[in-house]
Amino acid sequence: MNWEVVIGLEIHTQLSTKSKLFSGAAVGFGAKPNTQTTLVDLGMPGALPVFNKEALRMAVMFGHAINAEIGMTSVFARKNYFYPDLPKGYQTSQMDHPIVGKGYLDVTLDDGTTSRVGITRAHLEEDAGKSLHEDYQGMTGIDLNRSSTPLLEIVSEPDIRSAKEAVAYVKMIHSIVTYLGICDGNMAEGSMRCDINLSLRPKGQQEYGTRTEIKNVNSFRFIEKAIYTEIERQADILEDGGRIIQETRLYDPEKNETRSMRSKEDANDYRYFPCPDLLPVVLTQEYVDDIKASLPELPSQKAARFQSDFSLSEYDASVLSSSRAMADYFETAYGVVKDAKLTANWVMGELSKLLNQDQLDVENSPVTANAFGELLVRVKDNTINGKTAKDVLQAMWQGEGSADDIIEAKGLKQVTDTGAIEAMIQSILDANAAQVEQYRASDEDKQKKMIGFFVGQVMKASKGKANPGMVNPILARMLKG
Amino acid sequence: MSIDKQDVQKIAHLARLALTEDDVDQYQHSLSSVLALVEQMQSVDTDGVEPLSNPLEMTQRLREDIVTEENRRDAFLANAPKTDAGLFLVPQVIE
Repeated sequence: MNWEVVIGLEIHTQLSTKSKLFSGAAVGFGAKPNTQTTLVDLGMPGALPVFNKEALRMAVMFGHAINAEIGMTSVFARKNYFYPDLPKGYQTSQMDHPIVGKGYLDVTLDDGTTSRVGITRAHLEEDAGKSLHEDYQGMTGIDLNRSSTPLLEIVSEPDIRSAKEAVAYVKMIHSIVTYLGICDGNMAEGSMRCDINLSLRPKGQQEYGTRTEIKNVNSFRFIEKAIYTEIERQADILEDGGRIIQETRLYDPEKNETRSMRSKEDANDYRYFPCPDLLPVVLTQEYVDDIKASLPELPSQKAARFQSDFSLSEYDASVLSSSRAMADYFETAYGVVKDAKLTANWVMGELSKLLNQDQLDVENSPVTANAFGELLVRVKDNTINGKTAKDVLQAMWQGEGSADDIIEAKGLKQVTDTGAIEAMIQSILDANAAQVEQYRASDEDKQKKMIGFFVGQVMKASKGKANPGMVNPILARMLKG
Repeated sequence: MSIDKQDVQKIAHLARLALTEDDVDQYQHSLSSVLALVEQMQSVDTDGVEPLSNPLEMTQRLREDIVTEENRRDAFLANAPKTDAGLFLVPQVIE
């Protein structure tokens, strides 16, 4: 049977505030266990939460970035469940009145097609603590540092129809929250986690099939792989005439499979109700408008500007604007060399190649954007040709100094002195008298093909340092005799 | 509207309360009366009345995003029956 996959995503983004959502404890990855907790985070009786102003501002920024209605009155609710890393017995979240209402994103896939993914809502909630099961016989260790860390949960409509589209959507959310500076985007440290709701239905059917939820997938690659394996698992069951059980599953990257986490018996019954410890959050229009006016340039706006101001292709513009760090690198290097196409080619070509090779993010490039721009200046003014520039970049990468230092130290400067080039060409012509005779006896079409031989000889003799832009016309003139 | 024994047991389980058989009977009766009261209230015409999430006619105050609390781990751990290496230890929660 021909199945259509239906996917909706819930993305938890950790907001990069200094303190927690409801307490004045520090937020930070990697601190010693339980050193960033307060009476509020430990759920001590009588401890009362106070809402963090900055978390509110960040949520409203996100709402504007996805063209959403902002909840002018939002209400915190308690989501009740028992687990030792949730000492209060409830997670403070939002239910009926989230801070961000309906919005959407237009997602561009690799093949250039665009599709609109609806966003149902985004709400503020606190994270739970961490349970460590491995080290203790019959006991579980509890670290509550993460407890009450602010999260924005972004819930999409079931509008996604493929693994590729899901990844493109998550990448776009990732790029928006990092552009806005509201999340560090570090998926390895859990700053962005994704729950995948997935079901299959026969192509053409309107009704949705029974879905499963794959929890806490934390990399782009795992999202794609988890979706592929879950599609396969569900299709196998359905094609054997079986039924899908609505349940929570876990993706195991090592075995590349999903497996059941919670049985249906414990089906979630969270008994939400408004949190009596927190009052409704009421916003003024002025507050919301001010935040809108102060939004930084978003990835899609930046891509459009790169196309219009720099005449870059749609593809180049979207690659260069995909992360704020990449876009900043490009713009800084461009500021030095003032040639957008040249900068774009080198950033997307050689720079990306070296970054991939050393598995580095552009933020950690050993060659700064300014230094990179200075190298490109030497390409543009013909001090060195492209091939030499790659060698110079390699040396810069190894920390051997600036482009100019390396060009000077290694004597890589192109020969641009007309007299020197003429002398070099003359000696080549003298050494290849027979070929020169043949050239002169040929018609123009044939000559065009033959000139390559002489260019090659000249470049060889100059060890690649002769400026090809100068060699060609001088050579043509001298060959005429 | 009334609820049966199974409902009572489910609610007790969700709240992690251990009930005796006698308790179940008693809760079945008292919870049913609460629901009867709610049912009675539902007959009131509430058209045009906004749902109330808090009886206080005030809005939430906000806190500046500043770290105001220091590390008091030793004091917090002192209350726990069992700890190790800065962690609270609880009976194992996964199989």
